[in-house]
Amino acid sequence: MSDTITMTYEVPADDFTRAGEASSNVKSKLKKMGVDPDIIRKVSIAMYEGEINMVIHACGGTIDVIISPEEIEMILKDQGPGIENIELAMQAGYSTAPDNIRTLGFGAGMGLPNMKKYSDEMNIESVLGVGTTVTMKVKMFE
Amino acid sequence: MKVNDLIHAGSFKVVNEGDNSQREISVPYCCDLLSIAMGKMPEDSAWVTVMGNINTLAVAALADASCIILAENSKLDEAALNKAREQGITVLETELPIFDAALMVYKQLNA
Repeated sequence: MSDTITMTYEVPADDFTRAGEASSNVKSKLKKMGVDPDIIRKVSIAMYEGEINMVIHACGGTIDVIISPEEIEMILKDQGPGIENIELAMQAGYSTAPDNIRTLGFGAGMGLPNMKKYSDEMNIESVLGVGTTVTMKVKMFE
Repeated sequence: MKVNDLIHAGSFKVVNEGDNSQREISVPYCCDLLSIAMGKMPEDSAWVTVMGNINTLAVAALADASCIILAENSKLDEAALNKAREQGITVLETELPIFDAALMVYKQLNA
């Protein structure tokens, strides 16, 4: 018997009214499971940033969240345009978000840096014109 | 100081009284860029901002803000107001600029 739980979320394209629903849902599930609040905060922030990125840049996608006793793994998969230069995209302050996104308060170029900061492991695989998969892990214990 | 104390101090207009009125406020925090707020906001902050869209609510909930204070007479749009009600997030508003609003919270925290 496996003691991992897997949840899958669809992230809608261009729908800012629903962006954050997946992260909120994971947050409340982890709360109910009695996970440490600091761990929950890390997962919430990392996942929300990923979710918003998918809405802004990638026409939506899917997120798998796998919870095990050791860690929480988030796999964010999209069929968007891909990231041309990952190193540049990882730099704080670098953003390709359009102006209409900036008026909503996004586009500060902090999405990927926040995801890295709040996860214990992060891996990005991206192919131009095919899509991007970001995998993040947050450990249950330091 | 609890969220409830700030609500009843009368310094700010109450837009939505959430279900977290017994929560302690740690510090006032000012920022309008959501990703910076998301990454840097201390837990239980009274978050002062001019951004009143639905994403402000999501960030407040996910980053564990104790309440949102809309400065400069900013308003929640309808979707955001519904979200605040649905999620039980306390939202206050004021005509004051961001700094003055945060200073007011700071003074009350340290009174």
